[in-house]
Amino acid sequence: MEETFEIELTVNGVHRTARAPARRLLSDLLRHDLGLTGTHVGCEHGVCGCCTVLLDGEPVRSCLMLAVTADGHEITTVEGLAGRDGTPSPVQRAFQECHGLQCGYCTPGFLCTVTALLRDNPRPTDEEVLEGISGNLCRCTGYQNIVASVHRAAELLAEEAR
Amino acid sequence: MKPPPFAYHAPATLAEALDVLAAHGADAKVLAGGQSLIPLLNMRLAEPGHIVDINRVAGLDGVRIVGSEEDAQAPPGGRTGGKGVRVGALARHAAVERSAGVAAVQPLLPAALRHVAHPVIRNRGTVVGSLAHADPAAELPAVLAVLGGTVEAVSAAGRRTIPAADFFTGPLESALRPGELAEAAFFPALPPRTGVAFTETSRRHGDYALAGVAAVVGLDEDLRVSTARVGYLGVAATPLVLDLTPRARQAQDGRPPGAADWSGVAGYVRDHLDPEPDIHAGADYRRHLAGVLTERALRAATADALDRAQTPGVHDEAEW
Repeated sequence: MEETFEIELTVNGVHRTARAPARRLLSDLLRHDLGLTGTHVGCEHGVCGCCTVLLDGEPVRSCLMLAVTADGHEITTVEGLAGRDGTPSPVQRAFQECHGLQCGYCTPGFLCTVTALLRDNPRPTDEEVLEGISGNLCRCTGYQNIVASVHRAAELLAEEAR
Repeated sequence: MKPPPFAYHAPATLAEALDVLAAHGADAKVLAGGQSLIPLLNMRLAEPGHIVDINRVAGLDGVRIVGSEEDAQAPPGGRTGGKGVRVGALARHAAVERSAGVAAVQPLLPAALRHVAHPVIRNRGTVVGSLAHADPAAELPAVLAVLGGTVEAVSAAGRRTIPAADFFTGPLESALRPGELAEAAFFPALPPRTGVAFTETSRRHGDYALAGVAAVVGLDEDLRVSTARVGYLGVAATPLVLDLTPRARQAQDGRPPGAADWSGVAGYVRDHLDPEPDIHAGADYRRHLAGVLTERALRAATADALDRAQTPGVHDEAEW
């Protein structure tokens, strides 16, 4: 019988616990143990970026982290980006407005990555946007509308801060 | 694409970590950032019996500027106690990349780190982990090698300092022994009137490079090129360093300061490298790339050295 560990984390502001073996990836803990299927799993070796979540505010690959390592930390997934009343965040609204997605598979990863990117750099240049999202793959859009969405999100965030 | 079963250890102190490593020897793997180890586990290319997760060990995440100015002037190899950047085992790439102190003392580090995978990977991956992983196509091993840095290894039996020239022993193989933990790495400071450049070519931005070059060029008191060292990634089984100082003198010969001519150096480099082909690039292409990138990097490092020599105040004592 494989040893299991009690894992406690704060996910989207809510204290959650789960029991899992040490080899459980954070991505699988979120999806299978906690039922938060918004975090998508594409390549499972850190290339595609679909599984990106915020760990203590910083974007990381949840498929490249053991859930036990995240014990005691704070996680934000795509489910936690919207306001408490369900209003989409400025980044989410911008992706909708600018058609920054088609099939939507990569979108949770992009939304988490871009949320952190714009927090650290509220007015990124085109080049900074490309560098910022370079670790996320999208097979549908050709990226043009994603870049436009990031710039639009920056505008919406600036308006909101005013 | 799930890790195989393993026994998990999350020591809270360094002493505890070393005890676990001593008990399990070669069957134990250290987990720091996990950006190389977890993919290997997911793909079942590695199946260690024990994982020693050091993320809860306090005091390993430091990025410190150490040593004195005089030590930095010592020749390569004699610099282990000198001035430089000491990076702890848990310092993430992103923390080193964003440190103003590091950029002032050893600008080759942030220059190379910008080429390591993607920003999100750099939030989690560690500098010392990259060195311990010893991938000959990775950026940081070449940086440590060209700068003549060291790795500090610690085990239950004691500590030792391993020079970069002895640390990388083969593809994905280092001089670390079973039971040892790479506790920190030391990158010597940039001496005065010296410039750096890092450049690489990869299939896609963020991929491992087909070939890459880290160049360090030194000027004499008359601002004429006097030394050149170049570290290579992706062209040999370990990071390779060429001392191009004789070529540097040739590049400067008969020319005014700032007008060193690096053309022709590419041919010399091509003649001194013997890369292996793989599915990404043939040996000839890698040799060609290494030559072209060397010329570009030497030119950029020369310009950087001149810039630093002419505006010393800006670069020397930026807020540490």
